[in-house]
Amino acid sequence: MLVGNGYVSHKKSGGSALSTHRQHSPAGLVHRLVRKRDFYAGGLMILFGLLMSLKGPTYRLGTLMHMGPGFLPTALGILLIFLGLAIAASALTSADGEDEDILPENREWLAWGCILVSPLVFMLFGGYFGMAPGTFACVFVAAMGDREATWKSSAILAAVITVFGVGLFSYILQIPMPIFTWRGS
Amino acid sequence: MIGTALTDLWYGFGVALEPHNIVWCFIGVLVGNMVGVLPGMGPLATISILLPLTFGIKPVGAILMLAGVMYGAQYGGAICSILLNLPCHPPHAVTCLDGFPMTKAGRGGAALGATVFASFVGASWGITEMVFLAPVLVRIAMEFGPAEICSLMLLGLLAGSTLARGSPVKGVAMTVLGLMLGIIGTDIETGAERFTFGLTHLDDGIELIALALGLFGIGEFMNSVNQVSTVNAKYAHVTLKDMRPSKEEMKRTIFPMLRGTMIGSLCSLIPGTGPTIASFVAYATEKKISKTPEKFGTGMIEGVVCPEAATHSSVQGDFIPTMSLGIPGDAVMALLLGALMIQGIVPGPQLIKEHPDIFWGLVASFWIGNIMLVILNVPLIGIWVKMLTIPYKYLYPSAMFFVCIGVYAANNDMFQVGETAVIGFMGYILLRLGFHPAPILLGFVLGPRFEENFRRAMLISRGDIMVFLERPISAVFIGLCVLLIALQIYVRLRPKKPGDTVIPAALEGAE
Repeated sequence: MLVGNGYVSHKKSGGSALSTHRQHSPAGLVHRLVRKRDFYAGGLMILFGLLMSLKGPTYRLGTLMHMGPGFLPTALGILLIFLGLAIAASALTSADGEDEDILPENREWLAWGCILVSPLVFMLFGGYFGMAPGTFACVFVAAMGDREATWKSSAILAAVITVFGVGLFSYILQIPMPIFTWRGS
Repeated sequence: MIGTALTDLWYGFGVALEPHNIVWCFIGVLVGNMVGVLPGMGPLATISILLPLTFGIKPVGAILMLAGVMYGAQYGGAICSILLNLPCHPPHAVTCLDGFPMTKAGRGGAALGATVFASFVGASWGITEMVFLAPVLVRIAMEFGPAEICSLMLLGLLAGSTLARGSPVKGVAMTVLGLMLGIIGTDIETGAERFTFGLTHLDDGIELIALALGLFGIGEFMNSVNQVSTVNAKYAHVTLKDMRPSKEEMKRTIFPMLRGTMIGSLCSLIPGTGPTIASFVAYATEKKISKTPEKFGTGMIEGVVCPEAATHSSVQGDFIPTMSLGIPGDAVMALLLGALMIQGIVPGPQLIKEHPDIFWGLVASFWIGNIMLVILNVPLIGIWVKMLTIPYKYLYPSAMFFVCIGVYAANNDMFQVGETAVIGFMGYILLRLGFHPAPILLGFVLGPRFEENFRRAMLISRGDIMVFLERPISAVFIGLCVLLIALQIYVRLRPKKPGDTVIPAALEGAE
């Protein structure tokens, strides 16, 4: 969808030209490509490959007999670039699929954000205030990501998990993390 | 030879029946079964979440528990797919085809009962295979030099990534990425810090748990949060009494069960073809030889039993290369191997000799665990059915807590919690770009050993890359690699027949 929008707006302005010269004109080719998920998948791999093969040689390549630490990363990076090219090229040959959107149909920005922030909150609260506040914050933030969640329901869930979690990890499994502390760690 | 195998097995039972080991095995099986039942929690996520809990346990107990989690989750997945039509784990996708119609027809209990039995038969055969084949493989593998190990790893990596779900090229790309992630950290030979970007926390490399929980925990949660799935628990009322298949049904299941077992064990011998492929082949075979193929999909008990037996026999068979050669066939095995490595045990052919308690204890515990599962599943089915209805909105925040505390507890290091979040984010992007992240784990676990052996092989051969083709065993492995790639290209380029699309379509449905 991310790319889909751009394509749709362009289609409005020059849709007819695109459809007639689809196979031949370079513009048509590019437009077919940018709609494909594999194009971006290949691109990402090429990017990773470039990163590896450019950074790799800085660690000393060595010879085949006495390989340096940079040898394998560089080789793998070059391999990954080729694989990325193959993936991107496969976007050209395949038929226009239905599911080419990179983002799913319902975009859950809030939920995604909550899930990603939840470990960070755990780091922060867990590190400074101890296991119980960390657990509570982590579960609370994650629970808020659900569409039906309210402040109250998330708080109740977080409280239940905190009691259970501290009991399990602190008392039974003896994890060396203080339950409550102040600017600890 | 049979005599020594039986003596070793007897010793294994001694290890597995030690009170603390039996308790760990029981906990693993119980938790695995419980979590496996939950929709959206496959064995990978379950093992990764429970992995940190095993650090305090001795290696034997830890591996017994984790293996128990794995096959417990397999049993649980079958329940989920038969009663709810939700294939939480790809091998069970075909079980849905006939299992759910049976549930609708009121025979769900019988389907479950037959499945439990078929799984046990399949698993038992797989274990027997392991007892006799693993020592033979070890004897051969002891002769391997670095060149052979290297080509064997290459074959394992290639098979694991191309035969898994999705596009083979993408699978290989993920494996390479995994190898790359394995390189991060201090180089063992030269001490150079690679790709740490100045972060001292990364000197020891990326933590296996952070990687597994990021990819299969956080990445999966992001994928399934708020995706309204209609959990149809309307038919999921099964009591103990329903679980006994009728006499006629029992009669119909015997041969499909044995056929499934055979197919599963054959599939486990071919590297890379894991339980998913085994179950699809089993279903297709059963349908082909059936006198009433048109009835498949409407609730044929044969269509439930055969793939389930195949899955379990192939899962047990997958342990053979993992334990005897140190080459895992899929991501689950890679994770188990990683767990052993965290415990300080070096995988490879020497494992059985150096740690007989682990290997034979594990083998014996498979039987004990499987018997426990049969016993557990029969009376507890009502509780499992109730668990199926736990809404996702309670599930994933609780799992997030387990992820955070688990990663922290691995090294008492908060940095790794953040590392997990970053990996999870990347994992989700890869997922949306059509990559399956499982081969990353395969590459990650094998990466350091691959590099070490590659270097050693090159040093011995004085930098001659042809050594891989000059040594006969190594040449065979390389030949198999080439064959595998050629086969993939052939399958891609061949004009598609309408019948071919059934399996990939069903596979896509399983995701």
